[in-house]
Amino acid sequence: MTDSAVELSNIVKRFDSFTAVQRFSMSLESGSFVTLLGPSGCGKTTTLRMVAGLLDPSEGDIRIRGRRVNEVPIHQRNLGLVFQNYALFPHRNVFDNVAFGLKYRKVSKADIRQRVNNALELVQLPDLGRRMPSELSGGQQQRVALARAIVIEPDVLLLDEPLSALDANLREDMRIELKRIQTQLGITTLFVTHDQSEALAMSDKIVVMRDGVVEQIGAPREVYDKPVSEFVAGFLGAANIVDARVHELDGDNVLLQVDDLGMIPVPRARCPACAPGTAVRLVLRSEHLIVQRADEEHSHDGLYLSARIATVDYQGQAIRYFLHCGKHTLQALNMLDGPAFNEGDSVSLKVRHRDAVVLETPR
Amino acid sequence: MASIEAREKRQPWILLSPALLTIVTLLLVPLLFIVVYSFWLRTASGADQIGFHLDNWQEALSDPFYRDILLSTLRIAGITTLLCAVLGYPTAYFVARSRTRHKTLLLLLLVLPFWVSYIIRTLSWINILGVSGALNAVLLGLGIVQEPLQMLYNEASVILGLVHFLLPFIVLNVYVSLIGIDRHLESAARSLGCNQRQAFLEITLPLSMPGLAAGSLLCFVLAAGTYITPLVLGGPRDAMFANLVFDAIITQLDWPLGSALSLMLLAVLAVVVAVYNRFIGMGQLARGLS
Ligand SMILES: Nc1ncnc2c1ncn2[C@@H]1O[C@H](COP(=O)(O)OP(=O)(O)OP(=O)(O)O)[C@@H](O)[C@H]1O
Ligand SMILES: [Mg+2]
Repeated sequence: MTDSAVELSNIVKRFDSFTAVQRFSMSLESGSFVTLLGPSGCGKTTTLRMVAGLLDPSEGDIRIRGRRVNEVPIHQRNLGLVFQNYALFPHRNVFDNVAFGLKYRKVSKADIRQRVNNALELVQLPDLGRRMPSELSGGQQQRVALARAIVIEPDVLLLDEPLSALDANLREDMRIELKRIQTQLGITTLFVTHDQSEALAMSDKIVVMRDGVVEQIGAPREVYDKPVSEFVAGFLGAANIVDARVHELDGDNVLLQVDDLGMIPVPRARCPACAPGTAVRLVLRSEHLIVQRADEEHSHDGLYLSARIATVDYQGQAIRYFLHCGKHTLQALNMLDGPAFNEGDSVSLKVRHRDAVVLETPR
Repeated sequence: MASIEAREKRQPWILLSPALLTIVTLLLVPLLFIVVYSFWLRTASGADQIGFHLDNWQEALSDPFYRDILLSTLRIAGITTLLCAVLGYPTAYFVARSRTRHKTLLLLLLVLPFWVSYIIRTLSWINILGVSGALNAVLLGLGIVQEPLQMLYNEASVILGLVHFLLPFIVLNVYVSLIGIDRHLESAARSLGCNQRQAFLEITLPLSMPGLAAGSLLCFVLAAGTYITPLVLGGPRDAMFANLVFDAIITQLDWPLGSALSLMLLAVLAVVVAVYNRFIGMGQLARGLS
């Protein structure tokens, strides 16, 4: 995990006057799983297609294993590509689909057979070689597409929203399956998704994009726990964002006055540049807000707000409350054990001190 | 009250009925007349003798004159189809793959010929290739030739006219099948190691074959059944089979023989269509025409 398998430096992509990707830099360490995450239209596919060689960057360099590949055509880049719609060759059976890339590499007939069968076994479809793609389920097609991409032992595996065409349950199975195969082969992977839970679950590193610009690059925990902007905070899980002001510095803590809600101490390390009077914004993740009975005992590790339940959104194992709290409407996502609260109930909303995330440069 | 299912079963027939009625009254019934006619006999006096006579069929099937013209008709149709395919495929490919904003304009140009009558389009070649046509005027003017060239009234000019007439059919059919091919397929093939040419040969060409076949079938059938092009652009020895039918019915007023001849051509073309249907299927034709 030391040398970088893919490196993008200052990539710009313009379509006529429209800039789809702007000064994009990142690197993929060998064997790592990196995810491009961002809303629709933010330039994820465009970036992936530039790495693949399907689009030329307007500016900047792309290196694969240290070699500059800007002018190298796609078929000489040794990449595995999986599309959202799988793009299996409809006129070839499963075996020939998977064998396709090997025919263009100097591999003997016997080796082709061996390697295709291994790949099909790896994706757990050992007996379907004779089937045509139209005779496969969506999940099976997905696996064949993956087998076809990895059988050529590519330097990088590029996946553009490969799971989004599957239904919810299958998607979770395939997510685990894909990660297992990636780890087993140790293949460098660039994955594109707009699904934050996929990104958090699978990645070694997440690149959050917005309007063609990198917002934040980091490990899943880092991006989740220490978002650098409201956008990142809002994109990874539903976040409540409220205004706050630094009240005073108190040893290792900073005491924040949260709008009209109360005081909350956060560790100094969370906002190193804070000085008394600084305006900041506070991110309170909905899954971190705990809804309690109004008369429940208060502990010292949290701030308690009195609130009233506005809406209840029952989700099976979890429940989402929308609460009126002062002039704010906050969301809280709680695991459900015991009876749920009802609309109109007066409750107490606990914000644990350690869960407060400070954004120093509000945007 | 009829059940929903029964109503749904009936509905297609209600919707189809105007078309079916038209086909039955204007196509099947007249065809039946033709079949009946073909067994009548034309007498020396010019009156038709009603009855069941096999004479016309005997003549149509045994006379080498008819057989030769049938074969040359099929040859001309075949050459025309081949030329249309060779010229039409790249055109369709270009239009389908072009990213310009003028794609609609390109498509419009493809259907534009249909706005001008087929006969006028055919006649236009006389102004181009004729003895006092545009091409000869240029050649004479440049001093390349001293005498005007005789370029019309031979098999080549007939084929030229047919290609001109039929090219859009192939182009449109191939175009439809090309735009139906997922662009990602070629990208996938390229990522697996194909260069552009190999990706075309491995993926795009085989997947567009049904469109090419459907276009070719239309082209062949229309070419084999034409009589205007050889009439206008062909010489006396370039008659095609439909011209024989025309001669028999219109010139000689021999309806029974004309009927037998036209049924013969119909049967041969039906065989071609059946072979196509066996290997490619009629569904593709519907797709290409829609
Ligand atoms: N060929 C093109 N010509 C012009 N604009 C384009 C082209 N391809 C993409 N774009 C624009 O570039 C932007 C980024 O597109 P891209 O496909 O990379 O988005 P994405 O992040 O993959 O979105 P999604 O999640 O919807 O797939 C979009 O605004 C899109 O309209
Ligand atoms: Mg995309």
